[in-house]
Amino acid sequence: MSENYYIEEASQSDKVAAGSILYLDGVTVSFDGFRALNELSLVIAPGELRTIIGPNGAGKTTMMDVITGKTRPDKGDVLFDGQIDLTRLDESRIANLGIGRKFQKPTVFENLTVFENLELAMKSRRGIFFTLRHKLDAEARDRIAEVLKTVGLTGKEGWQAGALSHGQKQWLEIGILLMQDQRVLLLDEPVAGLTDAETEATAQLILDLAKQPDRSLVVVEHDMEFVRALGSKVTVLHEGSVLAEGPLDEVQNNPRVVEVYLGR
Amino acid sequence: MILSRLASSQSDRRFWLGFIASALVLCLLVPLLNALPEGSALHLPNYMIPLLGKYLCYAVLALALDLVWGYCGVLSLGHSAFFALGGYVMGMHLMRAIGTRGVYGNAELPDFMVFLNWKSLPWYWFGFDQFWFAAVMVVLVPGALAFVFGWLAFRSRITGVYLSIITQAMTYALMLAFFRNEMGFGGNNGLTDFKDLLGFDLSQGSTKMGLYLASAILLGGSLLLLRHVVATKLGRVMMALRDAESRVRFLGYSTTHAKLFAFTLSAMLAGVAGALYVPQVGIINPSEFSPANSIEVAIWVAVGGRGTLVGAILGALSVNAAKTWLTGAAPEVWLFFLGALFILVTLLLPKGLMGLKKRFSKAEEGHV
Repeated sequence: MSENYYIEEASQSDKVAAGSILYLDGVTVSFDGFRALNELSLVIAPGELRTIIGPNGAGKTTMMDVITGKTRPDKGDVLFDGQIDLTRLDESRIANLGIGRKFQKPTVFENLTVFENLELAMKSRRGIFFTLRHKLDAEARDRIAEVLKTVGLTGKEGWQAGALSHGQKQWLEIGILLMQDQRVLLLDEPVAGLTDAETEATAQLILDLAKQPDRSLVVVEHDMEFVRALGSKVTVLHEGSVLAEGPLDEVQNNPRVVEVYLGR
Repeated sequence: MILSRLASSQSDRRFWLGFIASALVLCLLVPLLNALPEGSALHLPNYMIPLLGKYLCYAVLALALDLVWGYCGVLSLGHSAFFALGGYVMGMHLMRAIGTRGVYGNAELPDFMVFLNWKSLPWYWFGFDQFWFAAVMVVLVPGALAFVFGWLAFRSRITGVYLSIITQAMTYALMLAFFRNEMGFGGNNGLTDFKDLLGFDLSQGSTKMGLYLASAILLGGSLLLLRHVVATKLGRVMMALRDAESRVRFLGYSTTHAKLFAFTLSAMLAGVAGALYVPQVGIINPSEFSPANSIEVAIWVAVGGRGTLVGAILGALSVNAAKTWLTGAAPEVWLFFLGALFILVTLLLPKGLMGLKKRFSKAEEGHV
């Protein structure tokens, strides 16, 4: 798509971080003197599944805000695909580059139907006049049906999204991300408020998604059972920077981690 | 899927039935009743025709506001400004069409300019002697203002009550500007004493009927246009951003562009409505820019039910009918009535008259 080409051209960074899909280096964000992120450095490889944990206020959500363009860092580099400088782009452009995000609080379009929620998310050109003339074709309907099945909402496509249960909304939002067909998925507490069975199913869904080699997932979560079920490399954030990184068992036995987080 | 499509075709059918019935009443019954002999009990007096035409123009204005408020969640409290600008553009053409028939008999200059001792026509009055030029400007002037204003406001992510306040400031600033004689739009008195439009004498009953019918057609056309827009994917983007704007951004849509499209289209419609309003009421002056006017439009939409296009029309017609009756019967209570109406609708009928209708039809279904 020519549109993306121009974006990449315009925000081509002079730095290059080969072999990474997301590259954060020395990222600092302050709000009124409070350092939400403090020299945060983090590298996500293409196709990687990464779990991020940390106590409240560790900067997990702020990190996602920085990657998706909602918050501009005071300093530091944020690169996508090793070369695109994300700090110069706004939310919609970053989304069009291939980074999708699930919010902490499930955010779906409550007054639209489940079907319409997915339709809006479907990958297509986003221009106003294109959107004004856009018609769904059979292929698109099949794709929506497929995602409905994946997130267990088949038969509920005509429902108003506002009428769904909390868990169903979480899943609809994941469905929205799937429709976007993004290369990076950022999931902020995807199992918050879910039942145990739903949590288990969500873990399985995320593992399935992670199987695709060209897709990277970054999951922020508090639920240790869930983190264990994902079995991925874990990054622990504390006071805006990385405290430890590695497999869950190793991290859990790290004395510094025990001190600030798990040991409380 | 099939069920929802059936339901939508059912509501479709209901819409078209209502549309055709209303079109018949407005375009056939009204002229027919007006044509009855004056003694007849059913005769619709001549003075009612421009009054009805005025209501229909207001209904178009309400539709325009509903697109931005009801569908995009942008509560503009300055929409009368676009209406008034369209009205001024039409007024300028009507002034130029007076020609030598003015009090001072000046072929070039409108009366108020002669009175102010102006020697030549200001540059921005050029071209308005041509109807086609004025017709283009009716759309272009409000559209351009809305585009620039909306671009600045939406790009800076001004939303909610802050946006409402700056739209109020916009219309207030325009009112103060148009009050000044030096602006060249007739100052306090505005533009009036119009003679004819496209050669048709404005004092003739047939011209008034023509303008009324044009207003009815404009209303019908606007309704169908907006109904189409909100049924497109872009319409769903608008409703989505009304409910969760940042989510829409993270989907990759520019909410700035979507809002700007709606705001500009809405302002253009408001401008056309204002342009048809002016020849029917015979005057346009700066009070049309008054902030209170814009707030009244929001009340029409709230009463009818925002987010439902038909509701906006019903609200505009019913509140204005009540206004005409009350300001005649008991002028001192009108503003109290309007305030009370707004409070009652907000508290009891958050979805307006259309919500009431829905509640009744649901109750009926319950009995069955």
